[in-house]
Amino acid sequence: MSEMVSEREVDASKLQISDEVAIQITGMNKWYGDFHVLRDINLTVYRGERIVICGPSGSGKSTLIRCINRLEEHQKGSIQVDGIELSSDLKNIDKIRSEVGMCFQHFNLFPHLTVLENCTLAPIWVRKTPKKQAEETAMKFLDRVKIADQARKYPGQLSGGQQQRVAIARSLCMNPRIMLFDEPTSALDPEMIKEVLDVMVDLAQTGMTMLCVTHEMGFARQVANRVIFMDQGQIVEQNEPEPFFTNPQSERTKLFLSQILSH
Amino acid sequence: MTTRGIAFVSHETIPPSPPPGLSLGPVAWIRANLFSSISNSVMTIVGLAVVFHVLSAVIPWLFLGSIWNAGSLTECRSIDTGACLAVINERKWQFFFGFYPAEERWRPFAAFILMFAAIFPVLFSGASRKLLVFSVIYPGLAYWLIWGGSIWGPVMVFAGPGVGFAVWRYGGRAAGSVMDVNVAGMLAMVAGALVTIIWWLFLVEPLDDLVTGIVDIGLEPVQSARIGGFLLSLIIGVSGIAASFPIGVCLALARRSNLLIIRALSVGFIEFIRGVPLITLLFVASVLLQYFLPPSTEFDLILRVVIMVTAFASAYMAEVIRGGLAALPKGQYEAADALGLDYWKSMRLIILPQALKISIPGIVNTFIGLFKDTTLVSVIGLLDPVGIINPIRADQNWNGIVWELYGFIALFFFIFCFSMSRYSQYLERKLQTGHR
Repeated sequence: MSEMVSEREVDASKLQISDEVAIQITGMNKWYGDFHVLRDINLTVYRGERIVICGPSGSGKSTLIRCINRLEEHQKGSIQVDGIELSSDLKNIDKIRSEVGMCFQHFNLFPHLTVLENCTLAPIWVRKTPKKQAEETAMKFLDRVKIADQARKYPGQLSGGQQQRVAIARSLCMNPRIMLFDEPTSALDPEMIKEVLDVMVDLAQTGMTMLCVTHEMGFARQVANRVIFMDQGQIVEQNEPEPFFTNPQSERTKLFLSQILSH
Repeated sequence: MTTRGIAFVSHETIPPSPPPGLSLGPVAWIRANLFSSISNSVMTIVGLAVVFHVLSAVIPWLFLGSIWNAGSLTECRSIDTGACLAVINERKWQFFFGFYPAEERWRPFAAFILMFAAIFPVLFSGASRKLLVFSVIYPGLAYWLIWGGSIWGPVMVFAGPGVGFAVWRYGGRAAGSVMDVNVAGMLAMVAGALVTIIWWLFLVEPLDDLVTGIVDIGLEPVQSARIGGFLLSLIIGVSGIAASFPIGVCLALARRSNLLIIRALSVGFIEFIRGVPLITLLFVASVLLQYFLPPSTEFDLILRVVIMVTAFASAYMAEVIRGGLAALPKGQYEAADALGLDYWKSMRLIILPQALKISIPGIVNTFIGLFKDTTLVSVIGLLDPVGIINPIRADQNWNGIVWELYGFIALFFFIFCFSMSRYSQYLERKLQTGHR
């Protein structure tokens, strides 16, 4: 995995982190029925951070980032996004959702709409952008993910990697201040992983705040400023990528890293 | 083991070549589809024999020896042995319009022709959106043409939602300046709905009388009892189809709602209506409903039947659409949510277009079932085509005639149902965006 991104150039000067808090999670807990999925999560994300979250299957990492835009509801503690407290007030939720972009493992493009329509739908209906302007913005972002020539096709006619890049462009069309990635490359064939990671690295260099659930350790080393390891619903260890990979502190982290790096 | 060479390298690309001779062309097609094996060959021959046998009986009966002009069945039989289509020729106006006054038949005919203009923009998205305005006013126009009376009645009924909309729009804006905009919007919507209902209940009749007194534009009124035949089937079928679809969508959404009361009401309605035979609902419409209404109210029997048929079809429609909603991957709902679309927008733009596309075969199935079920109204004494047949068969001149009458009705229903089926296939192909 790591060798796929090794030749990519990253301009470290563009990876700036500000003092402004983007997301503040304090004492957050979540249960599915009786099952305690997230246990006392505390996390502060500053604007411009690129955080990679990893951990074994079922550790709650996807659930954590899905709580940030309220696809899942937490029962205890607080989450603030851009200073807005996540509560059950629908207005707040829709406001936060339009500020926070999300990419899914299975892309979740709308199959009945063309690539361009996928990208312009939310700007037109949520932001009330005029259609022409929304299309110009969409083409700009489609061009940035290098797929502008496919704009009139339907998602079903594209490869997985292309679909995921469209999904990223679709989120960017809303001009989000934060991007969440939920295992963006795990449903892709090996030769398509790189094209998606390239787009994500490119995005990181624009100063986007990114939270990324992934097992792409090459990506983590290269652009992440923080790696978080989760197990059994709690944050077990977090550190900068270099010490995290070379000198993990907890036994669970060591075991996990040895399993994913030795296959 | 080690001596066996396994290394292999291909240095050239093999160019594509056409398939071998016998896999293309008509001969190949016949071989592959009709005579691919012994059992298939036997089936082909037996099948052709059956088709030939049926056609050799039907064609002479229907086309060569059929009689179009005769006064009675005995007269028919004395002329030739074929189908006695003279009975249909003699009673054709009854089959088409029931006992509708002869000099006014152009009115339902005009309504029938205009129906195509009204459904065209609904069925084909290529048509101009402006034509939909006609689709919206068509029900009022068709009602006026068929039942006659003053034009101001339907106009006033249509004015109700217009007034309600104005109250919602301008009242909401006015109230929005003195209180929270969202609260004002909600209040204005409720007020608009109330105004519409009050308008319908109390203002339509006096306003109708008033304006008719000033400018009387009207057609000769026709009693419901005189409406029958295919006209009646189409009135019930088309109104039922047009009304049951939106109601079915609402019921399906309500059944999947998170709001307990809404969900319970929807489940209760669907399960009750689906659990009762249509015939009993029709008897309720024809007999029982009068007991529950104030004694003075004149509630047209055809309208009552349309309401019952619509309720019946909506319950089935709701279940078909619910299946489509359940078949959509959860990711579609999540992606719509994640983009910040609210419930109604995500339903309208993302979920329903896909769910309805999946449900097309089931929806059309329900439509076809509803349309054919309109023949059940003959049981409560309405003169639909089946209801028209019974007096004909009791007539001394035509006593003993069966095939011609039922065959004619079957042909009528087949034309409409087959058209619906073909349309649904066209629609499925058109909406196919997966892999082209």
